[in-house]
Amino acid sequence: MEIPPQDTPQGDPPATTATAELLETSSARGRRSSTADQLGNEKSTSINTGSKRFGDVVFHNAARGSGILVLVIMAAIASFLIYRSWSAITADHTNFLTTFAWSPDDTPSTFGVAVLVYGTIVSSLIALVIALPVSVGIALFISHYAPRRVAQAFGYTVDLLAAVPSIIFGIWGYMFLVPQMGGINAWLNTYLGWTYIFKQQYPGSAARSLFTVGILLAIMILPIITAVSREIFRQVPRMHEEAALALGATRWEVIRMSVLPFGRAGVISAAILGLGRALGETMAVALVLSTSSALSLHITDYGGGTLAANIANSFAEASPFGVNALIASGLVLFVITLIVNGAARIIIQRRKEYSGANA
Amino acid sequence: MSDVLSKPSAMADPLHITGRRLPGWTPAASAVASVAVAAGIGAGFGLASKLQWGLIAVLLFVGAQYILAVTVEGRRQAKDRLATSLVWAAFVLAVLPLFGLIYYTVSRGIKVINGTFLTHSMAGVLATDTDGGLYHALIGTLEQIGLTIVMAAPIGVLTAVFLVEYGGNRLSKVVTFFVDVMMGVPSIVAGLFVLTVWILVLDMPYTGFAGSLALTILMIPTVVRSTEEMLKLVPNELREASLALGIPKWLTIVRVVIPTAIGGITTGIMLAVARVTGETAPVLLLVFTSAVINTNPFSNPQSNLPVFIYQEFNLGTNASQADAWGGALVLIVLVMLLNLVARGIARWKAPKASR
Repeated sequence: MEIPPQDTPQGDPPATTATAELLETSSARGRRSSTADQLGNEKSTSINTGSKRFGDVVFHNAARGSGILVLVIMAAIASFLIYRSWSAITADHTNFLTTFAWSPDDTPSTFGVAVLVYGTIVSSLIALVIALPVSVGIALFISHYAPRRVAQAFGYTVDLLAAVPSIIFGIWGYMFLVPQMGGINAWLNTYLGWTYIFKQQYPGSAARSLFTVGILLAIMILPIITAVSREIFRQVPRMHEEAALALGATRWEVIRMSVLPFGRAGVISAAILGLGRALGETMAVALVLSTSSALSLHITDYGGGTLAANIANSFAEASPFGVNALIASGLVLFVITLIVNGAARIIIQRRKEYSGANA
Repeated sequence: MSDVLSKPSAMADPLHITGRRLPGWTPAASAVASVAVAAGIGAGFGLASKLQWGLIAVLLFVGAQYILAVTVEGRRQAKDRLATSLVWAAFVLAVLPLFGLIYYTVSRGIKVINGTFLTHSMAGVLATDTDGGLYHALIGTLEQIGLTIVMAAPIGVLTAVFLVEYGGNRLSKVVTFFVDVMMGVPSIVAGLFVLTVWILVLDMPYTGFAGSLALTILMIPTVVRSTEEMLKLVPNELREASLALGIPKWLTIVRVVIPTAIGGITTGIMLAVARVTGETAPVLLLVFTSAVINTNPFSNPQSNLPVFIYQEFNLGTNASQADAWGGALVLIVLVMLLNLVARGIARWKAPKASR
């Protein structure tokens, strides 16, 4: 996607030839059509007196039309989600936000998003806590530590890995990661059980827990956080680094004093971008997590659920009303991602203000 | 800053510019040693998971580096070494699972891929049968992705043109904001939206086309974003030169601006396509899946690769899970190919300083 800086367009031939071609055609047209009316038309637009050419009007409106279409789609998504979920939430016999169970088709219907919201947030936070330091490390490795050739090849590979479909992470997590996690869970239970969160209520059960899901999500969001942070670290002004080096700083001190402060906001927004992706992740979670309607702080126990995975799991056997209930939970997910992405946007904007003098 | 300036005495010997250094082979040696010790510990305590062995080795390596450096080179150098070894550890930690995933998929998928698998559907194949294939899913994926490109690419590119070339007004600010919002729409929510509008309200059938509608919603914002960036890279001098020659604005855009940026735009579209190709959730809600070959995306359920993988995997028999891995390999190869083509176009079409 990115064009290397040395390749940025500078008076490049393809465009110039296009311009020359245009010049040719328009002058040919000028020579051929010498009627007064056409000349007048050309003159009036070229000095921009207000009358617009037909092609301009059509093209401008087509461009504006697709802009408006995007707005319409977003408005439609929001209004339909709200409308359908409203009819579901008003029919709910319990509090939608605090109920644990998800059984909209019972009579009276009871469903709530408490467990799902908790599971979504906890698994994404675990993913972020694991992925952020590792991806910053890899980004630094690519931008400042690795030999150039290795860095280029590796950065390229990381980009490719960002495109591995989530369903493949899901079946890999199910077949490979879950069995491997058993030992680590037992170890955590024995030595870190006093922290409460690593205590296992059901020791020895398959590790289809929020913790495993968090690790899987961490692996999934690693490439995206790495890719963004790496770009940020590349933009660190060379002068800052050289100034630090000239003061006799070690490589780590250069990074701590010039690279990290410069990149902080960018890394934060990269992290939030990754968090947003982890929040909405569906199939990998649906495959790995063994769901239940229990809200437990023991993250290495099976159970819990996430909003997205719940939609995928319960959709097949949902009644029309159940689908409305699922849409309501989708709306909650939408709002959460909206808040998270909005935060990222604000941070990026602030960074733009502060790095006005980035030379 | 203050750390360096206020502690000149941290250097081991003020008379020498350089302090004592560890020999260059130390990191390699301590890496080998820590792997060996970790293997010893792992085998000795009977730790089942190789992941634990790896984690122990990493911890040992980082610790050994730090302690060695503190004793020989001093605190500042030790911190530097600690950071270096942590960065290398991060690299290894990331590489192992990611490449492990690729290796796992390839080694399992390659076993089932053959001519029959690629050219037959799953129609009438039992979960325990080893024959059958993913032809129906492959066709579904290609058609749905094709439809998605046809819908999303023009809308996305035109919206980006609007934002960059006709921007600056209030409408463009609103559109920018909502493109950002759209970027964050979780894929399953997009699927639910198309489900409510297209299938529940308009009463349309479950078809491949419904799936591509959801994928279009997911793809538009990515295309807009990347195209926008590429159009912004086109130097203003080109536009001004063209306009100064009396060429209308729309022709300037179509013949000058877009051709200059076409490499980047295509790359952006291909990368977006690679992303939506792997989407499972919205398609699962909308395409309804079928095991027979259906070449018409506008009528009757279709299948597609991610959904094929999901369903075969969930059947749970050895034969069906093997098929799922075969599908996973085909899907990874497809996505990687799309990526490589995108990079190739970017390199081939990238404007060069001189030709």
